[in-house]
Amino acid sequence: MAERSFEVARLPGFKFIAITAFVLLYMPIITLVVYSFNSGQSVAVWEGFSLDWYGKAWANEAVKGATYRSLIIAASASAIATTVATMAALGTTRRKAFKGQTFIYVMINQPLMVPEIVTAVALLIFFASIKVATGYNGLIYLIIAHAAFCIPFAYLPIRARLEGMDLTLETAAADLYASHWQTFRRVTLPLMLPGIIAGAMLAFVISLDDVVITEFVKSGGQDTLPTYMLGQMRRAVTPEVNAISTVLLALTVVLLTAFFLLTRKND
Amino acid sequence: MSSAETKAEAARTRSAWLLSLPALVVLVFAASGPLLIVLAYSFLTPGQYGNVVWDFDLSGWIGILYTKDIFDGTWGLADAHLTIFWRSVKLSLMTTAITFAVGFPTAWFIATRPAKQRAFWLFLITIPFWTNLLIRTVAINEVIRNEGLLNTSLIWLGVISEPIRIIYTDTAVLIGMAYVYLPLMVLPLFAAIDRFDMRLLEAGYDLYASRLRVLRRVILPIVKPGIIAGSILVFVPSLGAYVTPRVLGGGKNMMIGNFIELQFGQGRNWPLGAALSMTLLVVVMVALLVYVRAANKGDNPHG
Repeated sequence: MAERSFEVARLPGFKFIAITAFVLLYMPIITLVVYSFNSGQSVAVWEGFSLDWYGKAWANEAVKGATYRSLIIAASASAIATTVATMAALGTTRRKAFKGQTFIYVMINQPLMVPEIVTAVALLIFFASIKVATGYNGLIYLIIAHAAFCIPFAYLPIRARLEGMDLTLETAAADLYASHWQTFRRVTLPLMLPGIIAGAMLAFVISLDDVVITEFVKSGGQDTLPTYMLGQMRRAVTPEVNAISTVLLALTVVLLTAFFLLTRKND
Repeated sequence: MSSAETKAEAARTRSAWLLSLPALVVLVFAASGPLLIVLAYSFLTPGQYGNVVWDFDLSGWIGILYTKDIFDGTWGLADAHLTIFWRSVKLSLMTTAITFAVGFPTAWFIATRPAKQRAFWLFLITIPFWTNLLIRTVAINEVIRNEGLLNTSLIWLGVISEPIRIIYTDTAVLIGMAYVYLPLMVLPLFAAIDRFDMRLLEAGYDLYASRLRVLRRVILPIVKPGIIAGSILVFVPSLGAYVTPRVLGGGKNMMIGNFIELQFGQGRNWPLGAALSMTLLVVVMVALLVYVRAANKGDNPHG
């Protein structure tokens, strides 16, 4: 080792394992994306490039309906979650410790701690009895269920943004005789906007991806894209599932990249 | 404290609660509240076609470990249930071990990159982390299926003549869980290693320690909170896994999550399903308490 410099942080074999891990992490996803463009039925033998499976998926009424429901639920749930999370973040940050603070934190973070299957079962029981009592079976159950588990994901980036914000601008506004509301509307809200957008995007992605809770809460004919895919997995896998996955994947990557760019500017 | 100060504090507390109220209402309605209903249901009598009859009954809780013989009515240990619990715990522990074995070097690799490259590698870990779990399960399914990428390539290369049957076995579930939960191990490990003072390594080598000794005596003890955090972040969702064992394990290789679902479907034993859910919840909460302790210790360098 004398002839080359001694790198203290080098541990033998670590780089190899790490590179292998990255390859293994991406290989299945890349395979999935590549074979969604395969012209043949097979998900293992390449038969030429085509967009057939995207066309077939889009021509499928079940997929169209599921896409529509996924988007409606994700948009509504993330809107609700972001609104209430913004208010909660304003209530719980930038002030001295208050009575019940820990309780509120625990409540907000609860969906991150309870296993999804347990929440799913709980909502199944609860909503089933409401459905029987009211006879109403609409999407609203799914929207509320999604809104609840999206709250912590919307709350965390908003809170992080608020905590990193400079108080002096608000003090300045108050010094210049702005009312509480004017200060909030003209100073606080624009400053915290990147956090709110980031939170909303995260909530949207989380809602769009949910399988377990949706699977248990949905009524007949209320499949979203992930539950539709889960149902398809029981049968032979066709590249149609790959095509749907690729579209969802692309959407996630776009939203996440935007999220990173938004939150990076904070620093 | 003057009465004016007390008043001001009360007003602050009130406004904090008022602003948090809408979020709390949604959460109580669609997250925390229903958990209490599950608790109540675990003490009721199973209905004939699912649902419950409102009579107090402990059979849900007893049913976790024991079953009643259909013929002579005696209670015996429920071997089938124990098999499922054992599989869940075993696969979760193995998933944790595998993700640690792969995740630690990966986290170390990322943390020791030059600052500019680090964000890129970290982003590569974060993308799968946020990618739909079902999509990742579908992806790994396409690799290990009988006609999947792995088997077709091995046959094409002439290594094997018959496909190796992995899908619908415990091994498939294990591979799938290790694959989908790896980022959960890497991220907290990275956070711990990132804080690690590399000068300690120099000190170790200056004192003639070997690489292995430095790893065991210097690195591992200091990043221990990160190891505990990562292990629990992997173990907890593994134990409650539903999608991965369902897709990769087929109907037979159930884990607790699928077993719970069964009680609300074909099993038609809602109280048993409710009692199982509560048990899973308690186990997970205990694990998370350990996690919080470890995370707090991590903040205190002298801890």
